[in-house]
Amino acid sequence: MIFNDFDPKEDKIFRVIDNEGKVINKNLMPDLDDETVIQAYKHMLFFRAADEMAVSYQRQGRMYTYPPCIGHEAIHAAAGMIIRDQDWLAPAFREVGIMLLKGVTMKEIFLYYMGNEEGSNFKKANHVLPISISIGSQYLHATGIGYSVKHQRKDEIVFTSIGDGGTSEGDFSEALNFAGLWKVPVIYTIQNNQYAISVPVRNQTNAVNLAIKSYGFGIPGVKVDGNDFFAMYATYKEATEYARAGKGAVLIEALTYRKGAHTTSDDPTKYRTKEEELEWAKTDPMIRLKKYMDNKGIWKENEEELIEKYKLEVDKQFEEAENMAPYKLEDVFNYMYVDMPDDLKRQKTDYEQFLTWKESKK
Amino acid sequence: MEGEQKMSVMTIVQAINNALDIMLEEDKTVVVFGEDAGVEGGVFRVTEGLQKKHGVERVFDTPIAESAIVGTGLGMALSGLRPVVELQFDGFSYPGFNQIISNVSRMNNRSRGMYKAPMVIRFPYGGGINALEHHSESPEALYSHIPGLKVVVPSTPHDAKGLMIAAIESNDPVIFMEPKRIYRAIKQEVSDDKFSIPLGKAKVLNEGTDVTVVAFGTMIRECQKALVMTKEAGISVELIDLRTIYPIDKETIVNSIKKTSKLVIVAEAPTSFSVGGELMAIANEEAFLYLEAPPKRVMGFDTIVPLAKGEPLYMITPERIFYEIERTVKF
Ligand SMILES: Cc1ncc(C[n+]2csc(CCOP(=O)(O)OP(=O)(O)O)c2C)c(N)n1
Ligand SMILES: [Mg+2]
Repeated sequence: MIFNDFDPKEDKIFRVIDNEGKVINKNLMPDLDDETVIQAYKHMLFFRAADEMAVSYQRQGRMYTYPPCIGHEAIHAAAGMIIRDQDWLAPAFREVGIMLLKGVTMKEIFLYYMGNEEGSNFKKANHVLPISISIGSQYLHATGIGYSVKHQRKDEIVFTSIGDGGTSEGDFSEALNFAGLWKVPVIYTIQNNQYAISVPVRNQTNAVNLAIKSYGFGIPGVKVDGNDFFAMYATYKEATEYARAGKGAVLIEALTYRKGAHTTSDDPTKYRTKEEELEWAKTDPMIRLKKYMDNKGIWKENEEELIEKYKLEVDKQFEEAENMAPYKLEDVFNYMYVDMPDDLKRQKTDYEQFLTWKESKK
Repeated sequence: MEGEQKMSVMTIVQAINNALDIMLEEDKTVVVFGEDAGVEGGVFRVTEGLQKKHGVERVFDTPIAESAIVGTGLGMALSGLRPVVELQFDGFSYPGFNQIISNVSRMNNRSRGMYKAPMVIRFPYGGGINALEHHSESPEALYSHIPGLKVVVPSTPHDAKGLMIAAIESNDPVIFMEPKRIYRAIKQEVSDDKFSIPLGKAKVLNEGTDVTVVAFGTMIRECQKALVMTKEAGISVELIDLRTIYPIDKETIVNSIKKTSKLVIVAEAPTSFSVGGELMAIANEEAFLYLEAPPKRVMGFDTIVPLAKGEPLYMITPERIFYEIERTVKF
């Protein structure tokens, strides 16, 4: 079992392919046909294209602050390909890939970052919570959902994720402690991309790694190369089987690198070096998977054309988001309560009177 | 003396930075920390350069854990240091809320004065910057409701500096809310020297006779824009900047209401159970017989501050302030 063989106490890391795409752990290589591998790479291509587009729309002033996911593609693809329709996702904010595979659309993502709450109303995605901006909260919600689905004997499990920085929040520890106690079917991922905005992991904790924290809560934990699609896939596969068998929760530390800025309003040159970025660039999840496919000779597509096609698709969704009906006054009020208090209705009416006055002045 | 003062043009960000710098220099017990507050100098650069100058033991980054930032800050305050802790945004003061209201605010009382909590908890507050959720909140009423805390909200670079210095020197814990929307929007000549502005003192920014308008922080600028319109309309407005929410300067407020007989309150937090409500209570308790119109709150809806697309509907504009002032005066 991956979770036993790669003990975080010994700071072991689970990896299947190296930076050259060569399989270095045949025993634990997941049994995937070529078609699935190609599909995984296509997903990752789409994620990266969408991400690049998002950053450029932001630069053009067509949407607001956006946290790029570039570098996280292998984690998102692996989790997204394994999570089922009935399973739950309680996402952090750097999760676009897995959200897309769960049925969220780029249009919704764009709407959200254009500043429209409608972008958290995932019309076609089953069991996906709105992203959690308040760091750590989502881990607790996942634990609660885990309790709930277990209690109701449902064939559902829960995925949630947090950044390295988020592991310092009390919510992180509290959620995992409950999870261990209740043996909930929840897969907790830490997307360790080395930074919490400007603060590197070494200045966040004295622990040798983040997976080791699982020991304190009595749940299995493992540190995985998060830029290795196969390692992530194998880990999620084992984790989901464990959870579905009623054995409880697991903690996965997925090691990656935030290739982009923290958000579009951040400047990483203030706190990290080019050399470091170049060193991590060698581990890029997409380059590695591509090399694996090339070694095997299974990639026959025209990559440039595919990217162009994806970008067109993304752009179409962006335009749909941009052409959404204007935000109305009732959109501010309507969802505050299921049963709107009278006073709130009155506040809306008062404001409408002001608007009438304003019109009359024109 | 006045004439010899060296002045520099500063934004609110620079003025607070300057206040922290002066206090770090002068008082070796001052420490400054928070998420990204060290190397990067904070996401708004308020603490920029301070770590380089005063060292990593006095100005530093913390892990992301607001409860720990406040709680460890309290421990330091109880044992000889004067921490100035940064919480990255208004909405992220809430994970630290329990430490603030259950411990920071109570230690002096709990220990019958044996343990004081001389600390400043600072964070940017307010909307109007097209931000994500939790980045646009105005929680001044929450904190002012807690016995044991002082709550400060500056509206200009000069006040920000003087109030920050007073807050650090205060032996009571201070919540220091910084108007992020005008962090860099206002530039003003500020003395380079150390000076402080007493906590608990409001400031009359404009004298007038028809109506008293009370505001603070970001809304001062919006009120000043509205005053251009009221002037045109021939309405004489007395504008008061609270500067400190708690302790509230009843004297200045009540004297003004007695003079104008009308009260309008401007703030961006939700209307109900707010500082606006408190001001109306003060008007009733202390100047009831002088009132000639119902006091009016020009405040936010009782809703979450909408994301960017809906935010303009929520934010208080000079036009809306003018509209309510005019209605109150014409009552
Ligand atoms: C409770 C809380 N505190 C502070 C913040 C501000 N903040 C936003 S992102 C971030 C850093 C997050 O780092 P990490 O958890 O490693 O996630 P990453 O951004 O690297 O994906 C911080 C401090 C927040 N969103 N929520
Ligand atoms: Mg991180």
